[in-house]
Amino acid sequence: MSAALQAQPATTLATAAARGAGLRYALHAEWTKLRTVSGPAWLLLGVVALTIAVSTAAVGATHCPQNLSCPVDTTKLSLTGVQFGQAVVAILAVLTISNEYSSGMIRTTLAAMPNRLAVLAAKTILLAALVLVAGAVAVAGAVLAGHLILPGHGFTAARGFHPVWLSYGPTLRAASGSVLYLGLIALMSLGVAVIVRDSAPSIGVVLALLYLFPIVLAFVGNAHWQHRLERWTPTVAGLTIQDTTGLRSLAISPWGGLGVLGIWAAAALAAGALALRLRDA
Amino acid sequence: MKTQVIPVPQPDAGLGDRPRGGFGAAVRAEWTKFRSVRGWVIGMILAALLTIFVGVFAAANVNIGCGTSGGSQHSGKACLPYVPHGPGGEVVTDSFSFVRQPLTGNGVITARVTTLTGEHATLNAGPAQAGSGTMVPGLAAWAKAGIIIKQSTHQGSAYAAMMVTGSNGVRMQYNYTGDIAGLPGSVSAAHPRWLRLTRSGDTITGYDSADGTHWTQVGTVRLTGLPSTVQVGMFATSPNYTVTQSSFGGGSSVSGRAQATGVFDHVSLTGAPSGPWTGTTVGGRGPAGLRPGGGPGSAPYTRTGATFTMTGSGDIAPATPGPGSGLPTTTIEQSLVGAFLGLIAIVTVAAMFFSTEYRRGLIRTTLAATPRRGAVLAAKAVVIGAVAFVTGLVAAVVSIAVGVPKEENQGPVLLTAPVLTEARVIAGTAAMLALAAVFAVALGAILRRSAAAITIAVVIVVMPFLLSVLNVVPAGVGDWLLRLTPAAGLAIEQSIPRYSQVTTVTSPVQGYYPLSPYAGFAVLCLWTAAALALALVMLRRRDA
Repeated sequence: MSAALQAQPATTLATAAARGAGLRYALHAEWTKLRTVSGPAWLLLGVVALTIAVSTAAVGATHCPQNLSCPVDTTKLSLTGVQFGQAVVAILAVLTISNEYSSGMIRTTLAAMPNRLAVLAAKTILLAALVLVAGAVAVAGAVLAGHLILPGHGFTAARGFHPVWLSYGPTLRAASGSVLYLGLIALMSLGVAVIVRDSAPSIGVVLALLYLFPIVLAFVGNAHWQHRLERWTPTVAGLTIQDTTGLRSLAISPWGGLGVLGIWAAAALAAGALALRLRDA
Repeated sequence: MKTQVIPVPQPDAGLGDRPRGGFGAAVRAEWTKFRSVRGWVIGMILAALLTIFVGVFAAANVNIGCGTSGGSQHSGKACLPYVPHGPGGEVVTDSFSFVRQPLTGNGVITARVTTLTGEHATLNAGPAQAGSGTMVPGLAAWAKAGIIIKQSTHQGSAYAAMMVTGSNGVRMQYNYTGDIAGLPGSVSAAHPRWLRLTRSGDTITGYDSADGTHWTQVGTVRLTGLPSTVQVGMFATSPNYTVTQSSFGGGSSVSGRAQATGVFDHVSLTGAPSGPWTGTTVGGRGPAGLRPGGGPGSAPYTRTGATFTMTGSGDIAPATPGPGSGLPTTTIEQSLVGAFLGLIAIVTVAAMFFSTEYRRGLIRTTLAATPRRGAVLAAKAVVIGAVAFVTGLVAAVVSIAVGVPKEENQGPVLLTAPVLTEARVIAGTAAMLALAAVFAVALGAILRRSAAAITIAVVIVVMPFLLSVLNVVPAGVGDWLLRLTPAAGLAIEQSIPRYSQVTTVTSPVQGYYPLSPYAGFAVLCLWTAAALALALVMLRRRDA
């Protein structure tokens, strides 16, 4: 009894020390897991390839004839691919955790690192870092495609179109914001996957979150609901970060919109962390 | 080798030593698998509930403001004019300038049209209000002027007409949906067009001629129930002048109110006409009135000797979704938006239905029990297809039953569809979901990974639609995406036919797809068949 009481401070110290080291070990362990299977690498490559390919196709298919005024946001057009790339980002994020559940690996992971929050934190940090890197490459490629192709299709500076390039403030904001957008989509998807655990329903839920609201928005004519949907749904609000024209008519400011997506991601992760803490694996 | 193959067909001849063999047993086995997994059953129920919820939500919020008048914002029923219905029950537009005489019994009307010109509100200044704004010359493709025999001056009453049009030559049109082509080419003083309509009982025959001596019969129509006294005369009208900016998004078009002016001479009316010529503005809209001296209530025609000059605005045509009719419209398929959510849920379950067997190794048991791999694939497709069809049918019926009345309460004109079309929309939605489910099963068999199968199935159906709807890609590209990808199958939900005599814009949100309903559905069928074929090949070639 007394021995146990005496030992207690030492244990607390040890856990405190272990906590600091815990995250580092967790990061190392998760990094090892990620780099030793081929799936994540292919998916990251997929994010880059799909984003750039779709963006290139979109700018390649858009022309501005001489006699028409073209109501086109050239930056947003160049970043079209992000709307496809985000689906691959979501798969990557979901598989990061759901693969552990489907293979039973999660029990090994949690036996090795009983601090579940550290495991989740490590996964979150690594996933965010990887997606941000891949997203930066993808977005840079998309911007480059727009920069090279659009002037040849009638979107010239002489007709009032800013060149799609990072030296133009709004384009820089849209491009860097799109990278952050992909990162936040990854975090939101990870949070959903931690809650749902099984990969297939997780993917279903995440894809619904990504694509359903824009469709419903297109069909809803009621101005109040349009405003609400534009302000508070993850992808519609989040993608306002890509807008560089007509900012005054937006329901929410670009950074505000990205903030809304941030709230969704934070809420999903917090709920995921809670579920991970409270449930048996 | 051969000696090993020979015993295989033998069990067929055996007396029941092939346990419950055949396809029926495989289907029963798959059905048992499906219904005993609680998550899948819940997933399907959820698919139906979410479809209904989202559909009814969208239906309950279709209202579009119709602009301001007197300083206050109007929306809903406050902004609707009287909505006429044609003899066929469909919603129609029926406003035009009319110079008429009553005609009792049989008779013949003949007139020569020498010019047809048009003006429209400038397109970049936004919708011009009547009595203000500027008009620029320009003739809408379906601006029309000609002669007409009409049951009465009531909007929506039966008629038959011969007319010259902006850029579609001479036409004979009747009862709003009927349209027969006559002489091609546009009308001018050098190339006038002679038009003639004869009435004989319920039968109206239209003729056209370039010189007034050589007549060609364009068509004969029966207007059942035509009263003995009808209104006969000349008319002019013009739908909105619409320009589609084909470089950009799905439905990117601009339109402005327009009016057409036709000049008639050599007017003759034989039979038993009574009274002088009377000018009437059917539909009360009159000339677009953007010209000094015009305006609602002004005489729709002027007469100098034997020459009549008429100016009119509106249309005599079926009402369609989009900018043509100038009315805020909605369609029954608006209530089915939720099917996208249902699709995601159903595709999720369907992809798991096959790929889960690989994860747990159940596939080896399945193939041991049913060695014919094609039968396993077919059984799974049948089961999931049937379940998805029933789920989709329930969801679509409830969505329409609950959603459509809500749409009607919201204000836009609900473009109703015949019962058979409504049945096709509902059954088609269910069939589309069933095909998507089968497509996902096949993808699950090909990829063996549910995550990838779900993503591909969802993205390949939803994304083309989304890109087209959000005006992200140019209209031409969006149209091709909706023709070539499985998203073409969504066309089965289109309830309003595309009339060639009305300018319409491809816009899935407003209800128009680039392919006809069944052609679009066939594209989805082809994709599903191709996926099934590939799945069969993969399943046979690979070890489980």
